[in-house]
Amino acid sequence: MTDVIHRTAAEIAAQVADGTVTATEVTEAHLARIEAVDEKVHAFLHVDREGALEQARAVDARRAAGEKLGPLAGVPLALKDIFTTEGVPTTCGSKILEGWIPPYDATVTRRLKEAGVVILGKTNMDEFAMGSSTETSAYGPTGNPWDLTRIPGGSGGGSAAAIASYQAPLAIGTDTGGSIRQPAAVTGTVGVKPTYGGVSRYGMIAFSSSLDQGGPCARTVLDAALLHEAIAGHDPLDSTSIDAPVPAVVEAARNGSVAGLRVGVVKEFRGEGYQAGVMARFDESVELLRELGAEVVEVSCPSFDKALAAYYLIAPSECSSNLARFDAMRYGLRVGDTGGRSAEEVTTLTRGAGFGDEVKRRIMLGTYALSSGYYDAYYGSAQKVRTLISRDFERAFGDVDVLISPTTPTTAFAIGERVDDPMAMYLADLCTIPTNLAGNAAMSLPCGLADEDGLPVGLQIIAPAMADERLYRVGAAVEAAFRARWGHPLLEEAPAL
Amino acid sequence: MPGITREEVAHLARLARLELTDEELDHFAGQLDDIIGAVARVSDVADQDVPPTSHPLPLTNVMRPDEVRPSLTPQQALSGAPAAAQQRFKVPQILGEEA
Repeated sequence: MTDVIHRTAAEIAAQVADGTVTATEVTEAHLARIEAVDEKVHAFLHVDREGALEQARAVDARRAAGEKLGPLAGVPLALKDIFTTEGVPTTCGSKILEGWIPPYDATVTRRLKEAGVVILGKTNMDEFAMGSSTETSAYGPTGNPWDLTRIPGGSGGGSAAAIASYQAPLAIGTDTGGSIRQPAAVTGTVGVKPTYGGVSRYGMIAFSSSLDQGGPCARTVLDAALLHEAIAGHDPLDSTSIDAPVPAVVEAARNGSVAGLRVGVVKEFRGEGYQAGVMARFDESVELLRELGAEVVEVSCPSFDKALAAYYLIAPSECSSNLARFDAMRYGLRVGDTGGRSAEEVTTLTRGAGFGDEVKRRIMLGTYALSSGYYDAYYGSAQKVRTLISRDFERAFGDVDVLISPTTPTTAFAIGERVDDPMAMYLADLCTIPTNLAGNAAMSLPCGLADEDGLPVGLQIIAPAMADERLYRVGAAVEAAFRARWGHPLLEEAPAL
Repeated sequence: MPGITREEVAHLARLARLELTDEELDHFAGQLDDIIGAVARVSDVADQDVPPTSHPLPLTNVMRPDEVRPSLTPQQALSGAPAAAQQRFKVPQILGEEA
């Protein structure tokens, strides 16, 4: 059973459906893998052994009863600890929620259960998804399976590390400024930020509500598409959920092609700060697309150079408001309630003790940006930049079908390297942020290893809103061509744990 | 754009209900000053006649039918409460002695 952990989700589901293997056996094999390697990787904050086996047995019982199983039934998954799970601890990587057991499931959690997906546990993340390295987690960092002394990206480093180390074939992440795509890039896996509103945010703990979007993490483009389809679609419980058919992502992933496609290279995403080995793999990807029949042109998006600045005003502003709910009154940590103190004092003490440095920095930054006297100069201007970025995308997509760029300017940096230099940390999201500000869709997939450090490089594909299927059509073609060239999936080059 | 002082950071922490130590204040003041210096470049567009975008979707007033639906029981709603009494959240004193 050891090789089942190396199979794709599509293969596992097919084998569960045809009886080659049971969902229980698949789940036990992955739980054994977690047992064997997660002490080193620390991808999981909580492993729900009993719950997972119970879900697996239910799938096996349904099959035995002659029920037709869905396309992901019996496939194990690692769920980012930002999604509420009824009866299973949910911390969002924060001390302020330590020990909290939600009384309800997020819509994503519920849809996974309905699809027969087996939730193995909850993955580590930067506290409240604020970070690019998973180091701001209150529960310690996660190691990158390619080199355990390096970061697995963030905020969804636990989800990416779990699939890159074969602890699960699938994971769920959330992407506010790159938290699915950047971890995918630095761990050699596939990650997709769907169109804003494509996947319900109900029960997904809010960081920056106009930017947050849940999405799939996987080892292959097809697996990501299967998971995307399982979690996407309109949800009346999220008023910003789009009431339209889900883009045909699985069909696109099964029919990869770029022939006749116009692909735009974002001119602004290169230059100072971009690692040579990253740009070499990116330029190779551009050549590959040409060889596969795409027409590649250069596209300019002049406002993208202000995206990072706008993001670090908008996201902190929204977070300062969203995190006001952690007031020590209804759930979570309460500190200093000794009888003599007022509710306000208890709230202040609790938030001081329960939030980590990055969360405090962003709450104060947002409070500052929204305060009278600064509002127009900061938040107001950032909202104008957001309009200009959307216009850049509109102009670009008037000319090309998809845009491409490196996912992140560098490969995985060392744990500790940027932890006390917030501006250096923020640069990791330079190429991913514009998509969040405009609300359209993007994917990161592996395009090779950088020569100087042998670490994975991600290729980012960006599509217009509600054209998510283009990511999968292009991604599947690129993935197949690279695999033919390399002779195996990139992850096979990662060292054994 | 002016930088941010230690006193301003202390004021922000009070507004945001964050208890900070003196060391934290020193630490954050320098970092926030750096960050604000870097993000201030958005003000290049302050004078441009561009409409602001607050949200990627052009949504207003999403409605649902006014129907009774299942919701959390009081027991479920109180299950994470730091303190509860008589089916209510029990909180520290909210009003001052004089109020």
